[in-house]
Amino acid sequence: MLDKTGIAKRIAQEVKDGMYINLGIGIPTLVANYIPPTLNVVLQSENGLLGIGPFPKENEVDPDLINAGKQTITMMPGSALFSSAESFAMIRGGHVDLTILGAMEVSETGDIANWKVPGKMVKGMGGAMDLVASAKHIIVAMQHCSKDGASKLLKTCTLPITGANCVKRIVSDMAVLDILPEGGFVLRERAPGVSVEQIKNATEGKLIIEGIIPEMRF
Amino acid sequence: MINKVVSGPDAAVQDIPNHAVLMLGGFGLSGIPENCIQALLKKGVSGLTCISNNAGVDDFGIGLLLKTRQVKKMISSYVGENAEFERQLLSGELEVELIPQGTLAERVRAGGAGIPAFFTPAGVGTEVAQGKEVREFDGKLYLMERWLKADFSIVKAWKGDTSGNLIYRGTARNFNPMMAAAGKITIAEVEELVPVGSLDPNTIHTPGIYVHRIFQGKNYEKRIEQRTTSI
Repeated sequence: MLDKTGIAKRIAQEVKDGMYINLGIGIPTLVANYIPPTLNVVLQSENGLLGIGPFPKENEVDPDLINAGKQTITMMPGSALFSSAESFAMIRGGHVDLTILGAMEVSETGDIANWKVPGKMVKGMGGAMDLVASAKHIIVAMQHCSKDGASKLLKTCTLPITGANCVKRIVSDMAVLDILPEGGFVLRERAPGVSVEQIKNATEGKLIIEGIIPEMRF
Repeated sequence: MINKVVSGPDAAVQDIPNHAVLMLGGFGLSGIPENCIQALLKKGVSGLTCISNNAGVDDFGIGLLLKTRQVKKMISSYVGENAEFERQLLSGELEVELIPQGTLAERVRAGGAGIPAFFTPAGVGTEVAQGKEVREFDGKLYLMERWLKADFSIVKAWKGDTSGNLIYRGTARNFNPMMAAAGKITIAEVEELVPVGSLDPNTIHTPGIYVHRIFQGKNYEKRIEQRTTSI
């Protein structure tokens, strides 16, 4: 099984040269640490920046420079700043190549739930609904099962959804899976030491297994 | 040029009545109108509807107005990080309308730009779509969303001139430019107020036409929510 860092490292392998990428809060933010420095990519922050740089040194901290998680950041050379309307125009307009975000549940038809747990605190969807409705390619970083062992890869989401039919690929702590347009999780890779049988048992939705499933390579 | 300078935050908010609809700029605690929030607190105006991406934290930003029960309704995209907010929401003291962030930004932009409605894919198939018109364009479904306007928009900029031209800094720009355009009365507080003619017209983010009152704020705390550093 992968830890959070492992999931982030595996997702970083999906990044290609020249991409504009939006990283969500949590595990997706960690992906930035593992993008090979040989690739030229630009990270978008929904609050109005293209070109997120590393976290600042203590003497560089600037309260006017934060990311979507309200963390202090720096800007890469060649960055651009803009308003929230412009930010979501570029998201909605399909100009961002890759969106990576977390999820509480994903259905076999690509529905994603990650913004609300009824009866518990409702914090709001932030930019997640806009991102999932428009992104060209969405990769979800998530735990395959909840703490009590219940599958989070479902036939149908039980939580209120953030978007319908939008997730294309999942990297969980157990596996890499693609979602077919007609429905179904196609198993592509296993996490180190995880068997196909374990993944079968941990996946409630329709799981499609074709041929020999390779282990992830790092 | 028209001089829009007022003496300070108290003068800027003096005619905001109870039950007014306000827009307040900012993302998290970045780019929020700190001085005007203090002035609203002091004035004690209540029953406010606040349109703002977030609701501050317990003891800063809009969180201060929540604590004193001056807010009747919040219209936001994300309201985590605030325990008092949670308490008032669960007890039914506070109304909350949650809107996808891009939809919120565009509804405010539309309000300022005279566009009564538009179609967006955000929220199709979710509970956000309830009661809204859904229409298909070129094979994809979109929701109709309406413009948002405010009685008073309160924005924060880095620099401004006496005629209301504004320049923002860093990611503190966020919702401020659209909100400046969507208020019947727009109040701008700036870190540095300069004479008209001293800002380069090429660098203006918000043209002064949208701004009715401007003043130079004091004692900006610019609190950081998540101070994150590297070694």
